[in-house]
Amino acid sequence: MDGTLQIIGAILTLIGSIFLFLGSLGLVRMPDSYNRIQAGTKASTLGTILTLLGIAFINPDWTGKLILLILFVLLTNPISSNVLARAAHYINIPLYKKTVIDKLKKEETIKVNVSEDKINTNSDKKEDKQ
Amino acid sequence: MKIKNHIILFLVLLAVWLLLNSSFEIHILIVGVVVSLIITLIFCRNCNVFSEIKLTPKAFFYAIIYVFVFSAALIKSNFDVARRVVTPSLPINPGIVTVKTKLKSKIGRLILANSITLTPGTLTIDIKDDILYIHWIDVLSTNIDEDTQQIVSRFEKYLEVIYG
Repeated sequence: MDGTLQIIGAILTLIGSIFLFLGSLGLVRMPDSYNRIQAGTKASTLGTILTLLGIAFINPDWTGKLILLILFVLLTNPISSNVLARAAHYINIPLYKKTVIDKLKKEETIKVNVSEDKINTNSDKKEDKQ
Repeated sequence: MKIKNHIILFLVLLAVWLLLNSSFEIHILIVGVVVSLIITLIFCRNCNVFSEIKLTPKAFFYAIIYVFVFSAALIKSNFDVARRVVTPSLPINPGIVTVKTKLKSKIGRLILANSITLTPGTLTIDIKDDILYIHWIDVLSTNIDEDTQQIVSRFEKYLEVIYG
């Protein structure tokens, strides 16, 4: 009986790590930050959840704590990716050249100008140092 | 109405305590109840996060269905990402689109934005009033109504019942 539980746990952990691997492959292959965040968030969420579930099968005493961890990952992972994407958009990190549409850009023109000034001054300073 | 916030916070704290200890022995239970009660009474004088949750049987039933809908979407989105990453030609067609939500409560919108981020090909970037800005990895249309139909409506019908 113990053996089957351990095998199920091992398989779940293996699937989880495959998803984590695909997520990191996505980080390398995707062309711009937003698509990278997309690949990273989704794969890492399910990968972590499956890995933790696998551990719960292997070591049933930890189930309560692992459930808490899963809930924590589910709640915080999307928020952190949302904040990263929002910050990236506000400081004008360019979108992929094949991007179809950017509806957020139109409403940010004033802020965009401000941040462009800041970026210019920063690059000027760097040139001075050099 | 304020007592509802207290009760929900108390139950959440107690559940976290019991899960951390993984045992229902009487002395652990007593410590958990006392500490949760103290924390609730001290820190929940004017919290209103939970006041929009409806505690009807229907809402409870829909919450359980929502967990399954969400899990299915999460698994589907992972296979979607995996397929895009593994395909050599990298089949993406990204863009930022807007969708409209009917949800009024703050926590309902938070859950909706989180769910959108974890579902196939979509990532919430910003929210202004009832407009959500979403980075979509494979843009099918740029019309706001069609996008709303595609992305939001499958979660909204459950969240509407739970949070109003």
